[in-house]
Amino acid sequence: MSKVDLNKETGPREVFCGLTSIVWLHRRMPDAFFLVVGSRTCAHLIQSAAGVMIFAEPRFGTAILEEKDLAGLADAHEELDRVVNDLISRRPEIKTLFLVGSCPSEVIKLDLATVAEKLNSRFLGQVRFVNYSGSGIETTFTQGEDGALKALVPLMESTDDEKLLLVGTLANNVEDRFKKIFNNIGITNVESFPPRQSTELPKIGKNTKVLLAQPYLSDTVRDLKHHGCEIIQAPFPLGVEGSTKWVLAAAAAFKINELKVHEVIAPLANRARQAIEKHKEILRGKKLFLLPESQLEISLARFLHNECEMELIEVGTPYLNRDLMEEELNLLPDDTKIVEGQHVEKQLDRVRASNPDLVVCGMGLANPLEAEGISTKWSIEMVFSPIHGIDQAADLAGLFSRPLKRNQILTSKSLATH
Amino acid sequence: MELTLWTYEGPPHVGAMRVASSMKDIHYVLHAPQGDTYADLLFTMIERRGKRPPVTYTTFQARDLGGDTAELVKRNITEAVERFKPKTLLVGESCTAELIQDQPGALAKGMGFDIPIVNLELPAYSKKENWGASETLYQIIRTLLKDKVNEIEKVNPQRWKSLGRRPKVNILGPTLLGFRCRDDVIEIQRILSEQGIDTNVVAPLGSNPDDIARLTDADINICLYHEIAETSCDWLKRNCGMEYTTTIPIGIKNTINFINEVHEKLDLPLTNQEELEHKSKLPWYSKSVDSNYLTGKRVFIFGDGTHAIAAAKIAKDELGFEVVGLGTYSREMARQVRAAAKDLNIEALITNSYLEVEDAMKKASPELVLGTQMERHSAKRLGIPCSVISTPMHVQDVPARYSPQMGWEGANVIFDDWVHPLMMGLEEHLIDMFKHDFEFVDGHQSHLGHTATKGPENKEDQKTRSNISIQKKGNVIWTDSGRAELTKVPFFVRGKVKSNTEKYALSKGLPEISDETLYDAKAYFG
Repeated sequence: MSKVDLNKETGPREVFCGLTSIVWLHRRMPDAFFLVVGSRTCAHLIQSAAGVMIFAEPRFGTAILEEKDLAGLADAHEELDRVVNDLISRRPEIKTLFLVGSCPSEVIKLDLATVAEKLNSRFLGQVRFVNYSGSGIETTFTQGEDGALKALVPLMESTDDEKLLLVGTLANNVEDRFKKIFNNIGITNVESFPPRQSTELPKIGKNTKVLLAQPYLSDTVRDLKHHGCEIIQAPFPLGVEGSTKWVLAAAAAFKINELKVHEVIAPLANRARQAIEKHKEILRGKKLFLLPESQLEISLARFLHNECEMELIEVGTPYLNRDLMEEELNLLPDDTKIVEGQHVEKQLDRVRASNPDLVVCGMGLANPLEAEGISTKWSIEMVFSPIHGIDQAADLAGLFSRPLKRNQILTSKSLATH
Repeated sequence: MELTLWTYEGPPHVGAMRVASSMKDIHYVLHAPQGDTYADLLFTMIERRGKRPPVTYTTFQARDLGGDTAELVKRNITEAVERFKPKTLLVGESCTAELIQDQPGALAKGMGFDIPIVNLELPAYSKKENWGASETLYQIIRTLLKDKVNEIEKVNPQRWKSLGRRPKVNILGPTLLGFRCRDDVIEIQRILSEQGIDTNVVAPLGSNPDDIARLTDADINICLYHEIAETSCDWLKRNCGMEYTTTIPIGIKNTINFINEVHEKLDLPLTNQEELEHKSKLPWYSKSVDSNYLTGKRVFIFGDGTHAIAAAKIAKDELGFEVVGLGTYSREMARQVRAAAKDLNIEALITNSYLEVEDAMKKASPELVLGTQMERHSAKRLGIPCSVISTPMHVQDVPARYSPQMGWEGANVIFDDWVHPLMMGLEEHLIDMFKHDFEFVDGHQSHLGHTATKGPENKEDQKTRSNISIQKKGNVIWTDSGRAELTKVPFFVRGKVKSNTEKYALSKGLPEISDETLYDAKAYFG
């Protein structure tokens, strides 16, 4: 194992909660609805984080707790029943309804599991109810997806068929590319979780080999393992290196010759490396500071250092699962400073002191840092853009080179003197 | 429990953040879980602020709940005071912390700091953002002035005369994330200084705790936004005798009324009354023949209380529109909005559900919508021109250029902002009319196409429009001639004509609608 420098920090944090993941999950599964049981803050958070006004009736909403709901839990359960009934009569096309717990619903111990169970028997054959918590007292940002997927695992039927199961939300076009690559190397039975339709859950069993597409799925992985699935150890498919090793790991699990994989991947990898080149010219030698948010930070740091030659000052992560991240940590340069958790003020002190060329951070911090003359990249873009896979490697590099290039353009002498 | 798909207002602590972020030398310790830090982006992204809001979130986690969350609060307060050295500390909690009852305000007061501490109790399960902002401003003013009010004598609005100085006023209510507040303040200060009136303090926007402490140096208060400042103005009146103005200077008539009200309160003679009519281009632009076509335009209005009421008055009295819908999401101002609607012989819509607003909009079949960004979307779906007049804020509502709503320049801005979409609407109609000419290039789009940034929405528009001619209602069938005639009706009244004709056909028991039926219905409804 590489000798990375692991640190922990506690204090005030500046991160999204798990509810935010609804923004991409509801787009992945258009037949599902996400009903947050929470407060006005929850509703405001999701609409603000999504950053856009909704263009039609959205497939997520909040059952906002009011004073009377806090007074008696029995009434709150009845109220929730009423809200769900309204919602289903309004949106008969919904096939799966996620009841999503929030900070307030967790604190008052609203039992969403029991509510879901009751609703399941009432709407049998029409709508399926599952529950999970996206609360900020338990989950950070992408961990919301972990909760949602974990909640679906018990609903997956069993099979002994051999298959490769890609786990973690991917952009549809990226998913298609991956399936094609796997087909080309000889893995033909490839499925994705979450699926594109909530009702088309893949079957799982002892011959299911799980390949994680996202690094933040600790709980889901544990449950899949519990259902007999084999977890393939691999780095994550970001950049040429990560994606290649990811595909190789799958191939090894299916006992496919490594040469076959290289035959398929080599032309793609060469093309991608050429495409990265122009971004590398901008990124090379630049100092990078990643603040914690999405748990993608370690993989991004590995890509930006190994393939774009950036220098790593500090790699923040909200949570570090050393088992899942082992392959990634091995690929990082020695002594890379990794900080799990956050004290946002102290971390910003370190940002300023280390004079980075680029900071990856949340939207709340980006403009204030820009105003101090520090270039930034919003981390939320990583979860909304198709960045996975060899074909996207150059686009991924482009997300980081663009702010630096822009900065160059705007501060160039020719402009300043005009 | 209320099912909410989208909300016009955030929770009350976001209102408190608006006040705190508007001020200097103030810090807000908010007992809240980590997810609540999203609120920072409202300021840094929407308002493009280059500074973080002065807020420390305790970001307690589930594992802290079994232990001592009160210790966590105290640690955060200590660190925040040391690091940010505020002159006044606000302490409060968000929805989740309210449930665990650590009483952070009381904790802070027991910690022995020598700065004023404002304990904010903002009930998250019954109140909303604007209320939170109003309450926060009030609590700050009360905390910083309560000892002083007993010592000073009541403020006489006419005391400037005996003090031998120009009259001076406070401007209360403008905040960050308030609709065009930044520019309204400049405009109002300009208008007041033209009348020889000085500004003592603008608060909360740009003020610091020392400014709050000298609010009583002014002769009167200007309550610029009822939602935010009325409670504070009431308190200052009761405790310090300070009079305050209630007219909101949006539109020519109300700007003039406002200037008159200020002069009356100060007992200052108004010497340039007749000049005032000519300070803005709105009256002449509205009178010019070109504006004839504005007469009786059906307009649907929805927004916060202050801007909705003002818009209704301008629409009716200054632009000659017909107001066919008026509503607000500000429950605190429901009474005033209802009264304004009653004057217009319509019923006010008081709701927090944008779907209800969209339904009302559809029923009213307006030719122009004045609303929030959400109504802009609804109107776009319905193919109706729209101008945004109110919060919730969107990055487009913080324009780079000077763009107030209040005063003379505000009236100019309003004329342009409301009339241009209508003119574009006419352009749309012309495109419709000329689309069969050979010169017409297919794919040419007017504003509805150009301003649409999202593909799917655009398709939605087209779908709605092409559906108009093929839908049938009940068992009434549109014949080819009826359908053809309907497409000749200008798009902005087409929906209304269609539903009226169908209503007519049903009431007459006609199975089909032909071109003649359409004209029969037209004559019938007049």
